[in-house]
Order: sequence, then C-alpha cells, then structure tokens
Amino acid sequence: MPRVVVDVMPKPEILDPQGQAIQKALGRMGFDAVSGVRQGKRFEVEIEGEVDAAALAKVEQMAETLLANTVIEEFVVRVEG
Amino acid sequence: MTGRIGVVTFPGSLDDGDAARAVRIAGAEPVRLWHRDTDLQGVDAVVLPGGFSYGDYLRCGAIARFSPVMSAIIAGAGQGLPVLGICNGFQVLCESHLLPGALIRNDHRHFVCRDQWLRVENDQTPWTQDLRVGQEILVPVKNGEGGFIADAGTLQMLEDENRVVFRYVRGNPNGSRADIAGIRNERGNVVGLMPHPEHAVEDLTGPSIDGLALFTSVLNSLVNA
Repeated sequence: MPRVVVDVMPKPEILDPQGQAIQKALGRMGFDAVSGVRQGKRFEVEIEGEVDAAALAKVEQMAETLLANTVIEEFVVRVEG
Repeated sequence: MTGRIGVVTFPGSLDDGDAARAVRIAGAEPVRLWHRDTDLQGVDAVVLPGGFSYGDYLRCGAIARFSPVMSAIIAGAGQGLPVLGICNGFQVLCESHLLPGALIRNDHRHFVCRDQWLRVENDQTPWTQDLRVGQEILVPVKNGEGGFIADAGTLQMLEDENRVVFRYVRGNPNGSRADIAGIRNERGNVVGLMPHPEHAVEDLTGPSIDGLALFTSVLNSLVNA
C-alpha cells in the first residue's frame, strides 16, 4: 500500500524541553559529543489507490489542520517506498 | 433568571465535576455536555474543563478540537457565546484558533501543582467582570504543558489590544511568555487560562474562594445582558 510520510518538528525558535532532556540523558550515558537534540513526530499515512497530486494535497491538508500545529510546528510531506 | 452554563466532558476530562460544582455554587445551573453532542441545549455559556482529553494524544487539545461538540461551540463563540477554557480547555481553545498562541511543555520539564497568585489584567470580559484590574487572586495551577507561547507579533498584539486577562505573579510556574496565565479573544467572550479557578470556590478544599468570581461574573453578565 502506498505510504505517505509526514514529519513534524517543533519550529527552530520554539523551546523543545523534551529534546533537551534527551540530550542531557545522552550526555550521562557517555555520548558527550551531542550538541543538540530536537524531538519531532513521524506519521505514516496509508492511502487507498494511487498517490497522485490530489492525494498528496489531501495529506498536506491533514498535516495543516490536525497532524501539526503550525503555530509551533513545521511539517514536510513525502512519499516513501 | 437562572443562567444555564454548559460544562463539556471529553473522554479524559478530569475537572468537569469541579467545574459543574463551581457553576452551581455560583448560583447557576450546570448543564453537562458530552463530546459527541452537536446541540448545546440552549446554554447561556460554556466551560471547557481541565484534564487530558483523548489522553493528550497527538497534542494537548488537538483531537478534542475536532469533536462534534466543538463545532457547535466554535459556531456559538462566533456569535458571542461566553466560553471559558481552563487548563486543557485553554489548550483546546488555542488548538481551535479561538485564541491565539499555543501551550507547550513547561520549560523546567516538571509537572507543576501548587497554589498560584495571579494578577487580573482585564475585567471587561463576561468571565472577569466581578474582579478588578490589579486585584490578585490565589488559585491552584497544575499542568505539564502550560507554557504559553506565541510569536513576537502576536505577543505584542495581545498587549496592545489589552487581551491578557491574567498574569502570573510571585513566580511563573511554567515558562509562559510575558508571565501570561490567561488571554481573551478580540470580542472578549472567549477566555482561556491555565490555572484552575474551579478548584478555588470553597474554603474546605481550595486555597481561597477567589475562583468563584469567574463563575459569578458570567452569571451576572447574563443577568445584565
């Protein structure tokens, strides 16, 4: 089944406390070369039928309205496989 | 006249019971609304309570925003229906774009639960008309994702248009920009705040009874409307 992936990340200027907590933990584990971690979300959207421009436009709409909050997040839509 | 004030229950709401109780103590009739309702039963105002609607899945408030009851509330808010969002309710209002900005994880990464002083910044809304600007009130705050954030232009607009309703004083519990604890929409009928006035309505259980004023405010605004 064709799969469309939506990657959602906090905007660069938005504080990411979860990423910071992960970075600190990595430091404690000895991964001391890590200078930054940001945590985002990956959505795998399975589409019935062909993934054409219209289907991708629908996924863009899903991302814009529900998957991402564009006040604080940005997203990228891509076809995988 | 007895005001009828709707209190919405989403799956995962926690403070709907306390919100309904606060409505009753203020002298109004609470009307319980379910997230699947499409009809608001003619209520005069609506409270979106705190909790973890839909398990905070995706983002706090993001899924609740698309529940059937929210379609009716968004339509009502556009026509002037007073709406108060508390904590998770505030998050739902931001996700619904009824209020600007967003709530993100507390900057110190810990859940915070304490009694919090707030300064009233706007007493011209139906939810704050029984308070006065500059008054300080003590109500509980309890959140993990309560940091209010907006871009610089939006923050400036909130100040210029006098849309900050409550500000944290004597300590900011979550890293909210400009110590913002609560805001209103342009018209003033929609107010959202992170702290919990519904937990401060009785001496037995609250740190004060300061929170009751929000509920008497809306009742009085209905009587005088």
